[in-house]
Amino acid sequence: MISIRNISKWFGEFQALNKCSTEVGKGEVVVVCGPSGSGKSTLIKCVNGLESFQEGEIWVDGISVANRKTDLPRLRARVGMVFQHFELFPHLTVVDNITLAQCRVLGRSKKQAVDKAVQLLEMVGLVEHQPKFPAQLSGGQQQRVAIARALAMDPIAMLFDEPTSALDPEMINEVLDVMVKLAQSGMTMLVVTHEMGFASRVAHRVIFMDRGEIVEDRPKQTFFEHPETDRARQFLSKILTH
Amino acid sequence: MPFDWSSIPGSPPILWQGMIVTIQITLVGALVGILLGMVLAVLRLSRSRILSWLAAAYVTVFRSIPLVMVLFWFHLILIPLAAGLLFPGRRLELGLLTALTAFSLFEASYYAEIIRAGIMSVTKGQFSAGLALGMNRGQVMRLVVLPQALRRMIPLLLTQAIILFQDSTLVYVINLDDFFRKAYNIGNTVGTLNEMILFAGAVYLVICTLASGCVRQLHRKLIVSPVK
Repeated sequence: MISIRNISKWFGEFQALNKCSTEVGKGEVVVVCGPSGSGKSTLIKCVNGLESFQEGEIWVDGISVANRKTDLPRLRARVGMVFQHFELFPHLTVVDNITLAQCRVLGRSKKQAVDKAVQLLEMVGLVEHQPKFPAQLSGGQQQRVAIARALAMDPIAMLFDEPTSALDPEMINEVLDVMVKLAQSGMTMLVVTHEMGFASRVAHRVIFMDRGEIVEDRPKQTFFEHPETDRARQFLSKILTH
Repeated sequence: MPFDWSSIPGSPPILWQGMIVTIQITLVGALVGILLGMVLAVLRLSRSRILSWLAAAYVTVFRSIPLVMVLFWFHLILIPLAAGLLFPGRRLELGLLTALTAFSLFEASYYAEIIRAGIMSVTKGQFSAGLALGMNRGQVMRLVVLPQALRRMIPLLLTQAIILFQDSTLVYVINLDDFFRKAYNIGNTVGTLNEMILFAGAVYLVICTLASGCVRQLHRKLIVSPVK
């Protein structure tokens, strides 16, 4: 479904990604973890072309992201993305946030789009909040709306960029619950997160990144029980001891 | 110096004609200025070097030339030239058209900078979110960024319109009878120039103070309202 092959990226002199390769199969849930600044977010933003890269190739459902002829908006419409800071559109109500791209990009009628929005808001448990503006919701609620907004496009895969890092602790679980449900429904997911509980529950594989490199890429069981590298061991001990 | 206010009671009908001209200049200047300013701001931020440079050049030129001279040039050269080309051999009353054109184009350069600041105040994340949903850059700008930018900039856009309302008195130099010049003419004819200018000043003072007060109220409302 998603195939990342030998990606390298530089911000000026600084090399953000160094020959990263991995695959995400259909229905697979892959968690990307690693210390801050290790290139996790940069890597998944390359997948839908929000970040460019200088070397390597990324294929999404058989389409090359780096090919200049690729219709990037069309590709992005098929890959959902959830951001650390939610990025709901503050000038639109919850329901309008979810219908905007459905109508403007997929050409759905207003009614179709609203039906879809209501159905997804029910799934994330926020159906009564439709007419509110994002600023009237808590962080956890905003992030659940953001997930609904991405799902409304009927994506073939979902990218999550630290979806719970900006949340107060008591709101993290309500977002993770939605993500778990989504994973169990068979959605293909690439998730940058530090939530190792989530990883051990639903991930198939865990990727550990450090300094722009993919250091480990293994089934979750073996990653948690027998990390191969010192760097991964240190990282795990730091985030698991608390 | 004794004041003679006797020319004021009979003058409202004439002054009102002038006020209509003043209002026309303000409304058209602000509306066309904002629309054109929006286009300039978007071009200025576009990825095309040429378009961005052209927009920047437009803004710099108009912001570097005193408004009086802009009015003169349109009055003496540009508008007569254009009229001569479009309607050869006809004598047209071009005063109002000149003022509307000059003010619209001039104000656009100021509005462009206000709107550009507004666009830049919208975070990159909002842009990314729009793109990630499959919208193209134009759609993201139109549907996501500009509505937020404009809403944030409403107080500044209105304040600029108040300044434009005051600056419209400069049409004096192209012999166009706006509110101020009507007042001036009456005073000049009747011999109560000082009184009429004082009176006209008082009218501008009252209107602008009220308008500024409204903008302040609106600003406060926008700050507490749920638009981040």
